[in-house]
Amino acid sequence: MPLWLDLLIRVVAVMAAFLVLPLVVGQAEHKVMAHMQGRLGPMYAGGFHGWAQLVADGVKFVQKEDVTPRDADRVVFRLAPIVALFPYLVVLLMVPLGPGGLVAQSLDIGLFLVLAVLGIGVVAVLMSAWSSANKYSLLGGVRGAAQLLGYELPLVLSAASVAMAAGTLSLPGIVEAWRPWWLIWQAPAALVFFIAGLAEIRRPPFDMPIADSELVFGYMTEYTGLRFAFFLLAEYVGIVVIAALTTVLFLGGWHGPNPDQLGWLWTMLKVFALSFVIIWIRVSYPRLREDQLQRLCWLILVPTALAQLVLTVAVKSLT
Amino acid sequence: MTVSDVLLLALGALAVGSGTLVVTSKHLVRAGLYLVVSLGAIAGLYLVLGAELVAWVQVLVYVGAVVVLLLFAVMLTRAPIGPSADLDRPVFPAALIGGGVGLGLAGLFADAFHWVRYPEPEPGTAERVGEQIFGAWVLPFEVLSILLLSALVGAIVLSRPDIGARQAEPEPEPEPATEPETEDA
Repeated sequence: MPLWLDLLIRVVAVMAAFLVLPLVVGQAEHKVMAHMQGRLGPMYAGGFHGWAQLVADGVKFVQKEDVTPRDADRVVFRLAPIVALFPYLVVLLMVPLGPGGLVAQSLDIGLFLVLAVLGIGVVAVLMSAWSSANKYSLLGGVRGAAQLLGYELPLVLSAASVAMAAGTLSLPGIVEAWRPWWLIWQAPAALVFFIAGLAEIRRPPFDMPIADSELVFGYMTEYTGLRFAFFLLAEYVGIVVIAALTTVLFLGGWHGPNPDQLGWLWTMLKVFALSFVIIWIRVSYPRLREDQLQRLCWLILVPTALAQLVLTVAVKSLT
Repeated sequence: MTVSDVLLLALGALAVGSGTLVVTSKHLVRAGLYLVVSLGAIAGLYLVLGAELVAWVQVLVYVGAVVVLLLFAVMLTRAPIGPSADLDRPVFPAALIGGGVGLGLAGLFADAFHWVRYPEPEPGTAERVGEQIFGAWVLPFEVLSILLLSALVGAIVLSRPDIGARQAEPEPEPEPATEPETEDA
């Protein structure tokens, strides 16, 4: 296969995943929330089980007027949704689906790149918050920045633990080195990573920056129509990305029966199972208050991640 | 010119251009955002030069944390949308120092290397950087980490007066306690 064709197929595949997976997760969220909370609304559109709800949402977003506040910083305001979406696209390039190079772009330091790029999301939050010229937006953005900066630390530390265990920073390499007993050995890191990941994508119960009962909608208050849909898309891609990273780092990615043929299936199954858990957590837990949120990060997650690092080194040097 | 030469020039121009905008822009927050572009372009330069680990450290630390802290601080204090008229920026000394350092360094490098062609070094992968840091340069690395640790402790002491306060003047201490009472009365 010529190089350009190979490259083209990979890029097209990632773009397709980027556009399809968030919609699947979005549809799943509608249905799961409807069932868990007895909501009738999402079950109505289109007849059978409300299958057309997502289409209706899309049509609604396209129809809405594109409003930019008069006092807003227009350039920054319009750039922010794109900056919010971009890091997740780069991360999706790195996620390995199956063995034997079933990954869009394999790098030796893929894990490091993923963590570095995820950090750019904070800039998008601050951009949208400030440029909206709205005090609720600004408050939400400042909360968001404090949250994202804080939770980046346990995220990086717990990822470092699994990288040390595997002895490589390459994502396919980590899956290659993974063994089932790591589920126990790396369990604290996996929990810390998953919780910090939830906070990184600002999903409930970590949605203090967009707390709708006090800040209208935080840094997204002034956004309408397609630009708002971009932020929503970023949120759903974020779910996929965090689920995929947890799968790859801690749940063994493509490991399962017959990984050579069915590896991609196991990866996707694990990603969807974790996405379901993320939605489940949203409908189960109340929102954490700002001080509780910071306390959880600094007094529980960071020490746990550090202790896990020590444990990893101890086990690694003994075996 | 090879592709990497063109990339180097383009990224360099982007870094210098957005760097200039950082210091000339009258919009406070936009200046911080230009800094994001400038530091990102420098990360791109590292990538072109084959130092991939340094490039992503640059993104993680500078774009993801340092600039964000800077913007965060600006937004907590004063972040007007639109140009600020009262920015105190002496143009002439800044231009003199900036231009002088830039030209001086350029002259120094040109004099030191004399347009000699050097063989390209091996790419700076994580493995190689790790071997170098924890092999040949482990002592400076540890000294630096002690420096960082003392800076951390210092920051905590400075920001928490309740744990690091010296009782230098014991006499005026009762006064703050009595003041609120008189105010209440």
